[in-house]
Amino acid sequence: MLRQLEGSRAVAEAVGLCRPEVVCAYPISPQTHIIEGIGALVKSGALEHCEFINVESEFAAMSVCIGASAAGARAYTATASQGLLYMMEAVYNASGLGLPVVMTLANRAIGAPINIWNDHSDAMAVRDAGWIQLFAETNQEAVDLHVQAFRLAEELSMPVMVCMDGFILTHAVEAVEMPTQAQVDAFVPPYEPRQVLDPADPVSIGAMVGPEAFEEVRYLAHVKQLQALERIPAVAAEFAAAFGRTSGGLVHGYRCEDAEVIVVALGSVLGTIKDAVDELRQRQVRVGVVGVGSFRPFPEAALRDALGDAATVVVVEKALAPGAGGILARDVTMAAAGGGAEVRTVIAGLGGRPITKASLAAVIEAAGRGELEALHFLDLDHTLVDRELARMGTQRRSGPAAENILRDVGVVSARVR
Amino acid sequence: MPVFQVRIHGRGGQGVVTAAEMLSVAAFRDGHYAQAFPSFGSERTGAPVVAFCRIDGGPIRTREPIVEPDGLIVQDATLLHQVDLFSGVGPEALILVNSSRSMEELGLSDLLQGPARRRVLTVPATELAREHTGRAVPNAALLGGFAALSAVVSIDAVILAIRDRFGGEVAEGNAAAARQAFAFVADEAAAVGAPEERRRPLLEGSHRAATA
Repeated sequence: MLRQLEGSRAVAEAVGLCRPEVVCAYPISPQTHIIEGIGALVKSGALEHCEFINVESEFAAMSVCIGASAAGARAYTATASQGLLYMMEAVYNASGLGLPVVMTLANRAIGAPINIWNDHSDAMAVRDAGWIQLFAETNQEAVDLHVQAFRLAEELSMPVMVCMDGFILTHAVEAVEMPTQAQVDAFVPPYEPRQVLDPADPVSIGAMVGPEAFEEVRYLAHVKQLQALERIPAVAAEFAAAFGRTSGGLVHGYRCEDAEVIVVALGSVLGTIKDAVDELRQRQVRVGVVGVGSFRPFPEAALRDALGDAATVVVVEKALAPGAGGILARDVTMAAAGGGAEVRTVIAGLGGRPITKASLAAVIEAAGRGELEALHFLDLDHTLVDRELARMGTQRRSGPAAENILRDVGVVSARVR
Repeated sequence: MPVFQVRIHGRGGQGVVTAAEMLSVAAFRDGHYAQAFPSFGSERTGAPVVAFCRIDGGPIRTREPIVEPDGLIVQDATLLHQVDLFSGVGPEALILVNSSRSMEELGLSDLLQGPARRRVLTVPATELAREHTGRAVPNAALLGGFAALSAVVSIDAVILAIRDRFGGEVAEGNAAAARQAFAFVADEAAAVGAPEERRRPLLEGSHRAATA
């Protein structure tokens, strides 16, 4: 049924339809509405046979999910930003132990300086933790990816993270086709664990592994990711057949036929990019866009195919590796290697900075003319940056950079003297 | 028909985010596509809050904030001296201000020059809300008024959206306030002359057709 819903509410209901048995989460913006919604479903009895466990931290939340999953329960949590960092050790444990926990990551920047708004720094911080990481472009896709996530996680016995842009998606109210319980029940079979802690048949999970076998265990984690590379499009295809709409998969191309410039991005910014592409196409600019639906495993071959013969690839990403540049861009460069395409990196939308169609169109056109630098910061205020650099250059005790810049911007609340 | 974009200003506690959400639900109930979103700040009671709503005949892909609104709803006239409410608001925009005073009394005579008068109105939404719900939350009444000013959503759909969001007496009180605000704005618009051609026609396209 098509309903006009807040993204968080839609995801909460979708998770409920997947019949988790243990939900354990600690609230943090912008994830809060999701777990509030699931909590309400448990309390009202709408979500049966599910225990909602309150804990004191994200570390405990993931640890409880690990215990529940190892005991054979379908386990779910959600977090964002600093919350993800706080549970980091347990994040690695969930994948290392091969436990099919599903987690929503309501993507948010990481401090300091503290910032509650959206970017992809949190997802990028755990890109090597061994989880499948899927990115939603819309709230419809966020709903659909959760249904696919439980299926993938349990089939492969590995954890899946569904990334959705904090606020931009979690707090957006838009039309979402909600699946029915019968549809989801038919798509997500009951959880059949590959390993289970059972007092009647005791086993040990998470033993110490020394140098004699650790590399082999890690290699198997890589093999599992490669298996996921096969299963993600297969599950997406089954989903399309069962639900009648396309969601998920490895990569999605839009107007890439004959494109000279192809933009690559993750998540909700793809919508704005598609509008920019349509506008540029009207002006005879040959441009297309490829959305990366699965960031881990990284779909190198599928992306190479999608990029085709494009001369220039512009990676628009909401994260920055200081001292290196783009993060997604490095993976895209590997995929494009040997094809002759120039890869440009555009860092955009950090800490909730709006990404506008006009700014996107300008950098895409510049890239098409060969005038875009290798690493570009979208809408960077050079005056502000130069002023702080000058302060640092002229006096030793220049003070905290973030607060200095806020004073320059004129944000009153940051004024301390 | 291009997308119709609305920006709603108010203060924390006045239901600004809920107003944008209800406007999107009303548009959805009318068969349109709609996207509502808040300005993503930290929520504090009394602090300036902005929320947005796009309404279109087809699916909405963009995630940009709305900087050039076609419609502006001001839930709290005291923001006039604190926030640049009219940033990006063009001469064709529809403006509805919550106040029991006139635009002249609010010191907004500049907005009334030329043909603009038909598109800029005040409505005593807080008084209507207090009368019908016992609470000074003007959002539902303003949506009723905005339906009359813009015709981009129907008053029936606004009432349905209010009932979707609230229950029982709260829903009925807000619905009554919205209906009265609708009548008030319709009368005011008629009084200042020929409102009909200023009203936006209902958008073409429908998610009902797409999903039928």
